[in-house]
Amino acid sequence: MPWVTIVWNDPVNLMSYVTYVFQSVFGYAREKAEKLMLDVHQKGRAVVSSGTREEMERDVQTLHSYGLWATLQKDG
Amino acid sequence: MGHGFKATRDGVSVHLDAAEASVLRSLVSSMVLDVVEPGETGDDPLERALRIGPAAEPTDPVLARLFPSAYADDDAASTEFRRYTEGDLRDAKRTDALTLIETAVGGRIVLNPEQAQAWLRALNDLRLVLGVRLEVTEEIHEEIAEMGDDDPRYPAFVTYDWLTYLQDTLVQALW
Repeated sequence: MPWVTIVWNDPVNLMSYVTYVFQSVFGYAREKAEKLMLDVHQKGRAVVSSGTREEMERDVQTLHSYGLWATLQKDG
Repeated sequence: MGHGFKATRDGVSVHLDAAEASVLRSLVSSMVLDVVEPGETGDDPLERALRIGPAAEPTDPVLARLFPSAYADDDAASTEFRRYTEGDLRDAKRTDALTLIETAVGGRIVLNPEQAQAWLRALNDLRLVLGVRLEVTEEIHEEIAEMGDDDPRYPAFVTYDWLTYLQDTLVQALW
């Protein structure tokens, strides 16, 4: 899994909304989605998914459609 | 402003009075629809047919926030990604905004799941546009509390706060 999708913190997106989007887009359980949301909120960013470059481009595109600030990059 | 979304048997519902519905439609129209151009742009017919869009990151901070670069550390890859995706993303945001405008009427509004998702994204886009323009921070509640109601920024901040409340109750109703 050499590529990752990262979500960055911003002052507009609601904690509830970000958690909800992680659950809907990735099918994560609420607990995992909340942990990722808190990482974004407290650490400024979090890796939310990993996979091929094409998969990560798809994830970034989907997250942009929800207004989240997402980028992809090579892992490591 | 005391009414948020609630979950119902056939979707989610909210009660807006006529003035609230009108403010909402007008904000989405002027802040989202007027700002996000349709996806099909450019003069080259082949690029139009292939839906290839603009390459450069928008210079307007509002558009840069709505359409962020996909690669934090690779401008060439970001450009390529943007050329092939931004058009679709613009159209999707416009479709969501139009759905909200068509369904935001005074009285009790019931949204089906598809409409509710459109509202969720459109409210978020609207909050992003307002948030960038007002330069909101995570301390917005403290800021509003300290702001006098004679402060010229007060109406916009209170409106932003109302949109936040609407969106948050919509998320809770959908969970």
